[in-house]
Amino acid sequence: MPSDDHREGIKGMANPSRYGIERVAYWLMRLSGLGLLAYFIGHIYETSNILRGQVGWDEFLELTQTTEGHIILAIVIAMCVFHTVNGIRVMLGHGGVGVGKPARPDYPYDPASQNYRHKIGIYSAILLAAIAMMYGLAVMFGE
Amino acid sequence: MAQVSSIANEQNTTAVSSSKSITLRISRFNPEHDETNGFMEFTIPYQKWTTVLEAILEVKKHFDHSVAVRYSCRQATCGSCGMIINGKPRLACFTKISELNSDVVTVEPMNNFPIIRDLAVKFEKLFDTHQKIKPYLIRDDTELESNEKEFLQSPEEVEQYIQFANCIKCGLCNSACPTMATDSSFVGPQALAQAYRYVADTRDKGKDSRLKIIDDSHGIWRCHFAGSCSQVCPKGVDPAMGIQLLRGYLLGFRS
Repeated sequence: MPSDDHREGIKGMANPSRYGIERVAYWLMRLSGLGLLAYFIGHIYETSNILRGQVGWDEFLELTQTTEGHIILAIVIAMCVFHTVNGIRVMLGHGGVGVGKPARPDYPYDPASQNYRHKIGIYSAILLAAIAMMYGLAVMFGE
Repeated sequence: MAQVSSIANEQNTTAVSSSKSITLRISRFNPEHDETNGFMEFTIPYQKWTTVLEAILEVKKHFDHSVAVRYSCRQATCGSCGMIINGKPRLACFTKISELNSDVVTVEPMNNFPIIRDLAVKFEKLFDTHQKIKPYLIRDDTELESNEKEFLQSPEEVEQYIQFANCIKCGLCNSACPTMATDSSFVGPQALAQAYRYVADTRDKGKDSRLKIIDDSHGIWRCHFAGSCSQVCPKGVDPAMGIQLLRGYLLGFRS
């Protein structure tokens, strides 16, 4: 049933399609942010096991030495790299850097704020995240 | 005369494009007695110049006159006929069926606006937020009194805001905004872009009061630069740029 104010809600906010690579970056930024928050909480729990002594620490650390553990860590590396690089792009944009200058628009009205510099920034963030993840996988599975 | 005649003959011999048809799916919902929204489908013939609004009016004329749709100028100037067309906010009068490249055209009311009925939505919230940012020149003097001169500006000064003065208050930017999808208190890209329009105007003296209004937890800081507002604007306003430049005033990069 349509709500009183007919808002799309979280489903609409999280939908990465329809609006190009900028909306994909917006979605990945939130996804990686939540993922890193979950990892951060798990990491605090993991490191707290040092209070159980050497044996307890080694036991818990073995969880990360499995195939699943390596894949999760590789995803964490990718999320970290993407969130950092894209975050720098967004911060620069928020400071007015690279968003273009006001001018009389000419049809077909390509928005200056969605220019190639920002697109390069988004694709670079995705590419660097993929490279870092592949390198991480190579290191972890190459042992 | 002979030339005019030849032009007329040329126009007469221009082949009319073959008549094709699409399935037009119209969202139907009356909040007074409907529990859920549904879709009604109509097969509508179209030419390459047929707009979505014309297709909807064809439905009203020949199939079901009770379809509620708001429109006025039919030339992308009044901003009345904004709706979701095949998943994206667009003006129905400005969107040709042929450019959608689909045999099925789905029209729904704009997101983030309360529905009046079918495709018509309420604009009270948009107008309220628009008014909230004081969309007029704030000065102690006026150019309307006798013996006063008009407020002069250089072309370079006009360039700073004229793009944002093109806003027709159609609401498409607010409909596309991912923050507006979840935050009912967010002031929205339309009002923020208009705030920039007046803050950047050299004739205006109300910068501080406007910045105070938008410097709010549900104001400018809720924008996360997804840029969807600028992508759907039918007039090239680019609210995303205006919002980021406006932040420059608040962060001290601009004066």
